[in-house]
Amino acid sequence: MGGPIVFCKGGGCTAKLGAGVLNHVLERLPKGPADPDLLIGFDSRDDAAVYRVSDELAIVQTLDFFPPMVDDPYTFGQIAAANALSDVYAMGGEVKTALNIVCFPETMDLNVLGEILRGGAEKVIEAGGTLVGGHSIADSDVKYGLSVTGFVNPANMYANNRGQPGDCLILTKRLGVGIICTANRVGEADKEAMEAAIASMTTLNRTAAACCKPYTVHACTDVTGFGFLGHLHEMMDGHTSCHIHASRMPVFSEALTYANAFLLTAAGQRNRNHTGPFVRFDGVPFAMEEVLFDPQTSGGLLIALPAEEAPRLLHDLCAAGLPAAAVGEIMAASGTEILVTEL
Amino acid sequence: MIQVNAIGDTCPIPVVKTKQAIQALGGAGVVQTLVDNEIAVQNLTKMAQQKGYGVTAQKLEERKFQVTMTVGENAANLHAEQETLCQPRPASGAEKTVVVIAAATMGAGDDALGKTLMKGFLYALGQQDRLPETILLYNGGAVLACEGSVSLEDLQSMEARGVEILTCGTCLNFYGLTEKLKVGGITNMYTIVEKMTQADRTIQP
Repeated sequence: MGGPIVFCKGGGCTAKLGAGVLNHVLERLPKGPADPDLLIGFDSRDDAAVYRVSDELAIVQTLDFFPPMVDDPYTFGQIAAANALSDVYAMGGEVKTALNIVCFPETMDLNVLGEILRGGAEKVIEAGGTLVGGHSIADSDVKYGLSVTGFVNPANMYANNRGQPGDCLILTKRLGVGIICTANRVGEADKEAMEAAIASMTTLNRTAAACCKPYTVHACTDVTGFGFLGHLHEMMDGHTSCHIHASRMPVFSEALTYANAFLLTAAGQRNRNHTGPFVRFDGVPFAMEEVLFDPQTSGGLLIALPAEEAPRLLHDLCAAGLPAAAVGEIMAASGTEILVTEL
Repeated sequence: MIQVNAIGDTCPIPVVKTKQAIQALGGAGVVQTLVDNEIAVQNLTKMAQQKGYGVTAQKLEERKFQVTMTVGENAANLHAEQETLCQPRPASGAEKTVVVIAAATMGAGDDALGKTLMKGFLYALGQQDRLPETILLYNGGAVLACEGSVSLEDLQSMEARGVEILTCGTCLNFYGLTEKLKVGGITNMYTIVEKMTQADRTIQP
């Protein structure tokens, strides 16, 4: 499988529309009467919508889909599914059902579609959910993803913007998959680097979310298309600031190397344009700046929790085999929203 | 002057084509690249600024931008052909040995002797039957992976035989050597700690 088709034109989360462009359009949409059961919706730029059904139960609703970022259809299906499912974990919820979203050229070999869907189906099963249907249309290019429904207890759900001064920031996956996939697209990625990136992208955030359960998580989001700094900016939400230590970031070394060779995406530059004004770099090498803006497909969870609880959560995450690290601290709002120093 | 047509190309292809044209210059000169969007202009400009090339950009018409890069004498000399990005790995299953090069000299006492000893060490390391999995270079050791290092060939030879060579990015930045890295890749403290703690054995001359 995998065929002679040139699959990827720069897919995955590098295909997202820029944040600024999106905001511009979204701001103008009509809102309708406010529904008090909508716990998290449009107004906060969160990972998923959360709608209360009862005091103990709320529905988590989210969707993600994109063009391929790898050549192998089965792997693409796995990654796209893991990416879509991730938002439920970022809310602290569990996956219940998923619907396929498919765009596929009529002239392409149907076996390719079969492999994509097989990858997605297996990932949904791994997440403990059920694939209940989907919708496909003919299109000039392949796109795939899921619409996902999950459950969460409203008392325990994680918003993405309620971090508090004094919190420690933990990231559970390495950064740099966008750059590695990009380098791969132009034939300049080391085979091992690509395999490691794929392993990272196909890993569900389910384990990371489960590790968080015993702790007082104040805020949580998953790092995807807007890059680490973009999602961190959403977490700060204009009411807190933070300090990031670049040398502590879990990154793929190859991503730093390829960034230094300027194998960068348009989406990465859009992220820099949008989030850059909120960031001050101090002594950080160019390649690391790029990795921090790099759009991640199916990235890790970014967690804010009290500093005194961080070492134990970190221990649990690492014991579970995740490349997690404490990367910074939240403080009260100041002139600079995100300060990134090398050390 | 070399002209590059990158209309219709998605990033990073405009950069890749431009880099190829710059190499073809074989020294100082001008490369003019055509792209169809602002973001590509920004990515090309970023590269030029990092490399120290002169760069100007102008919009010729809707969806047609021209980026002109001037490679000067100094920049041409610094332009590293460090695109040896594919590193085959040594066979796994064996004990994982990581060599840590924390200084440009080996041992304390006389620095000139220390430099000679380090050169000897890296040479002899490459002659062993079993090569290390990884060589980490930081602080004073970073210079050994850069242009002008007497150990460059020894390191490059080991890299060609599957040894992973990683130099600390912070240190390269501190010493102003980022553009002069000639072997292996760049890494950060997180990975340095990870490599050291996961090694079966670390060797530090």
